[in-house]
Amino acid sequence: MSAFARLSAVLGRAAAPAVLALGLAASVTAVAGEGESFPAAGNDVRNNASLQRGARNFMNYCSGCHSAQYVRYNRVAADLHISDDVLRSNLIFNPDTKSADVIRSSLPTEDAKRWFGNAPPDLSLIARSRGTAYISAFLKSFYVDPSRPTGVNNLVLKGTAMPHVLASLQGVQTAEFTTEKGQMGDVEKFEKFVLTTPGSMTPAQYDEFVRDTVNFLDYIGEPAQVRRQDLGVWVILFLLVFAGFAYGMKKEYWKDVT
Amino acid sequence: MASNDSSTTQPKGLYGWICARFPLDSMMREHLTEYYAPKNFNFWYFFGALAIFVLAIQIVTGIFLTMNYKPSATEAFASVEYIMRDVEWGWLIRYLHSTGASAFFIVVYLHMFRALMYGSYRAPRELLWVVGMVIYLALMAEAFMGYLLPWGNMSYWGAQVIVNLFSTIPYVGDSLVEWIRGDYFISDITLNRFFALHVIALPLILVFLVIAHILALHEVGSNNPDGIEIKKTKDAQGRPLDGIPFHPYYTVKDTFGLGMFLIVFCGIVFFAPTLNGLFLEAPNFDPANPMQTPPHIAPVWYFTPFYAMLRAVPSMFGTQIWGVLVMFAAIALLFFLPWLDKSPVNSIRYKGPLTKFMLAVFAVSFVVLAVCGMKPPQGIYPTLARIFTVTYFLFFLLMPWYSRIDSTKSVPSRVTYHDHEH
Repeated sequence: MSAFARLSAVLGRAAAPAVLALGLAASVTAVAGEGESFPAAGNDVRNNASLQRGARNFMNYCSGCHSAQYVRYNRVAADLHISDDVLRSNLIFNPDTKSADVIRSSLPTEDAKRWFGNAPPDLSLIARSRGTAYISAFLKSFYVDPSRPTGVNNLVLKGTAMPHVLASLQGVQTAEFTTEKGQMGDVEKFEKFVLTTPGSMTPAQYDEFVRDTVNFLDYIGEPAQVRRQDLGVWVILFLLVFAGFAYGMKKEYWKDVT
Repeated sequence: MASNDSSTTQPKGLYGWICARFPLDSMMREHLTEYYAPKNFNFWYFFGALAIFVLAIQIVTGIFLTMNYKPSATEAFASVEYIMRDVEWGWLIRYLHSTGASAFFIVVYLHMFRALMYGSYRAPRELLWVVGMVIYLALMAEAFMGYLLPWGNMSYWGAQVIVNLFSTIPYVGDSLVEWIRGDYFISDITLNRFFALHVIALPLILVFLVIAHILALHEVGSNNPDGIEIKKTKDAQGRPLDGIPFHPYYTVKDTFGLGMFLIVFCGIVFFAPTLNGLFLEAPNFDPANPMQTPPHIAPVWYFTPFYAMLRAVPSMFGTQIWGVLVMFAAIALLFFLPWLDKSPVNSIRYKGPLTKFMLAVFAVSFVVLAVCGMKPPQGIYPTLARIFTVTYFLFFLLMPWYSRIDSTKSVPSRVTYHDHEH
């Protein structure tokens, strides 16, 4: 990562706190602390190798059921520096699909409703509507629950219709709960996950798999975000110079005001 | 400064040709080069000019958005994403417009607070204030209609909640709501008419009102942080001694202010366009879904003080209209400010501690209510909302009393101006 790119990435992270000075301090911090909080996904949309791996993961494990109806294959290829050959041979599975097409799932909505009770949501904007931390936690929180038709439940999204399609990678885990006496009767409190059957990946490898996938979802949520931040640095630099000259001009004109 | 005999020399060339056929020269003088503004404007006086600038941003970016946006329930959400992804610079145009909406309210709230501090609403500027308040109403309507257009789930449910407020009106409520929506629920028809109002009717009204606001301002002259009428002390030529021509003095000063504003504005546009869900709410990245409400419906931050008041009032006698009335009263009271203030002086600088305390109470109430309105009505927030709804109203309702009995400092005859401060 160039120093310049690092600067704009840091600015991107620092901007929200910086505007507190605007007088919105109370409200901004109030909103940030809202709702359930999940550990940060730790992804980096400037890490191109991670994005490429995420694209691979998405096409192989997600796009069978989930569409990304606002995302075009060739835009992804251009942004992630993927050649047309690799795109066609490794990421587009349907020979009738053109590289300018958007990502459609191969699961018809009617079938999905019949099989799962729900059509799987489009994932174009999932990182923006739910947040990267949420998706990351969701993908790591499947556990065995024989009462569910899919055999699994999810701690983050109780009763999810989604089967654990990544079980072959992560393995199978059970959730341990402790029962606590609450005011309204017994309350089940989550203790920990226990990996009962290992998958093809180690936990560390699976974490990286999730991080790359979430990274790709973050990118497709707003494909222009890196360009936006890079351009922003130049815009702010220009405006600082502009404001400097404007201040000098004001000083000069106001000399005769006494 | 404008030379004294400039009025007798005729402009030449193309400019002269135009001026012989159009009052360009006289308008320039009246509103720019010979409009005398007090020389002691401070930080708070940037926001009027900035509001005009933001209006221009909204109109220009709005025109370009309209070129690619589709006002239909089946296409609206997708067309916004098309703008964000496939239209050249579409993401920038959209973020400028979405950030501009919030920026508009920030500068307008600061502009209004300036008027509260320095008594800019007081005679002879009552009508100027009232026109400004009508602009504020039009701006709220404009923002509300615009928020439906992305057709996200918060757009949908926000519109649903706000439009349903009118159903609390006895007898005609339900029919009125149906008439506003044009349907039995928020639908494609509602989206179409909100689009028409957002891109044509309300901007047109806003522009006319802003012109009226400036004309009214230039008729009575600007107030200033001292609340002193600069027209009272004039030189031999009839120019206010404490006034300076708006152009070039305030055009160059406002250019600097604009630069500072743009640094903050572009900081948000380029580095935090959603501002943690404050300017663009996360549930609005889900398309409108009449079958599924977002976990917690809240309007955008600029409406939340009033939303908090709405929720703070319990339903009584089998109707919820009291909260609606309180909410509308909170805005209506602002119109009457010029007649509620009985103080012998204009500016907070010369008012007593009681008035200063009440103004601080008002500012704190507004901010706390804004936070309460964003939060789910749980925990401490309903209590806070009730307390600060009361203090918000006390600022207005007690004003005839405290503004009369409060001590005042003696007002100098000339404005205080320290070169070093600027």
